[in-house]
Amino acid sequence: MPLANDVVKAKLLDQFGEVLTEWDEQYGMLSFTAPRELNLKVLNFLYDSNELSFKFLTDLTGVHYPDRKGEEFCVVYHLHNLVENARVRFKVYAPVETPDIYTASGLFSGANWMERETYDFYGINFVGHPNLKRVLNVDEMDYFPMRKEFPLEDQTRVDKDDEMFGR
Amino acid sequence: MSDHINIKLPEGSIEKQTTTLNLGPTHPATHGVFQNILELDGERIIKTESTVGYIHRAFEKIAERRPLYQITTLTDRLNYCSSPINNMGWHLTCEKLLGVKTPKRVDYLRVIIMELARISDHLICNSIVGVDTGAYTGFLYVMQYRELIYEIYEEVCGSRLTTNMGRIGGFERNFSDTAFLKLEKFLAEYPKVQQELEDLFARNRIFVERTKGTGAISAERALNYSFTGPNLRAAGVDYDVRVHSPYSSYEDFDFIIPVGTSGDNYDRFMVRNSEIWESLSIIRQAYQKVQNFKGAEADVYHADAPEYYLPEKGDVYTKMEALIWHFKIVMGETESPSGEVYMSVEGGNGELGFYLISDGGRTPYRLHFRRPCFIYYQAYEEIVRGSMLSDAIITLSSMNLIAGEMDA
Repeated sequence: MPLANDVVKAKLLDQFGEVLTEWDEQYGMLSFTAPRELNLKVLNFLYDSNELSFKFLTDLTGVHYPDRKGEEFCVVYHLHNLVENARVRFKVYAPVETPDIYTASGLFSGANWMERETYDFYGINFVGHPNLKRVLNVDEMDYFPMRKEFPLEDQTRVDKDDEMFGR
Repeated sequence: MSDHINIKLPEGSIEKQTTTLNLGPTHPATHGVFQNILELDGERIIKTESTVGYIHRAFEKIAERRPLYQITTLTDRLNYCSSPINNMGWHLTCEKLLGVKTPKRVDYLRVIIMELARISDHLICNSIVGVDTGAYTGFLYVMQYRELIYEIYEEVCGSRLTTNMGRIGGFERNFSDTAFLKLEKFLAEYPKVQQELEDLFARNRIFVERTKGTGAISAERALNYSFTGPNLRAAGVDYDVRVHSPYSSYEDFDFIIPVGTSGDNYDRFMVRNSEIWESLSIIRQAYQKVQNFKGAEADVYHADAPEYYLPEKGDVYTKMEALIWHFKIVMGETESPSGEVYMSVEGGNGELGFYLISDGGRTPYRLHFRRPCFIYYQAYEEIVRGSMLSDAIITLSSMNLIAGEMDA
């Protein structure tokens, strides 16, 4: 019998209570938010609980919401229970001043590079990560390019030499 | 760069006893642009450090200012050995967000194209494993049959490698008779070649001794490293997105998921071979189903979604409304709901995921590609630690690392 979303939700609420918020089921995927200091507790519970056993980390990424004061950065985990074939999306938020979030790389080896990538693009500091340095961008880069304050090049700009850039 | 990876020798040691070797970023054996800094004791690898990002193109950032249709061309360039799968995966993501239902015939045509792409992807990987064990012939021989697949792409969408194939809701045009003829030619000629390729390697003593027991990873470690696709299945876990969360009507097809036992290079090779046979069987079934459509149904090649599917070119040139719609769709000015979608397809290398956050605007608020290559390449260090340098090179090719998919 597949693991239903409401069963997962009930189990989580049972364990953590009202600190878990923003319950959602868009396009069939259960999604919720936890306070950032609880992220490892929630991940461990999802992993260890016999009934839930979300033991596969599908994806880990960051999102930047400059308009959400105090919770500008979001780290999104997509977890998968391969046996029951259930997926869950789990988010934590962090403010831009102290973007610290505990690393999941102790639980999932695969989170290592995913967190490095998220750090590389958003500057989210994964506390306890064994090797938190840039993975795709050059080491010398001194900004985090996926943040919304870095707009892409204006395609109507005229100060570039057309001959050099082929347009 | 390298002082932190050199082994610290005790005080008074005369000289460094290990060798540091740069494998890449431009080395024929890496089959792509990435670097491995190897610390060698003789020929045995003590430590590796991988550097990727040499072809990072900021696709996720670029996607934040492109309407949905213009992102298809970005997906081509992820895993460029099987770009139609990426295109279809992206269109399926858009369809999920927009709530577009595709007709069965479109699903089956997509399945044909995606399985052809899977064959061409696995074909490259397996023949390259052959090259790295010293057998160049197999690679050169199968290339002419990959060409048959590329000719089918060409007939369907006009291009070969970066296909930019399909639209939201279906295909840009119906498959021509020539496309089906070419498909029949492929189905008739290819199985013999695949058998030959397998016969060349599968029980070849040199090949078996080079690949068996090298580059192995256990099922537990593979799962912990978020492996997907053939690399996970070679370790014995039967996870396949096509079966677990069927998309594009994969539930209508009868096929098995081949699994290995030890997760070594030989198992990866054999799993990919078996998947090629399964893909061939799926293509035959899909082609049969496509032929079963009669009358008006036999000409359906896109969903009825005028808000997202580009109008006929002839109409665009002659009718005002069609021109307006064409413009609106290309510029992303049609309504799109706000929401978060995660959609994944079984790419050549594993679960290719698209995490799309839309705020209802003309471009995605955030688009993240779950690139299987990027995720499993981090296990490379653990896999090759303690093995010989020549085994590490086979491991690199048998994991099928595609630099385009690693960097995004």
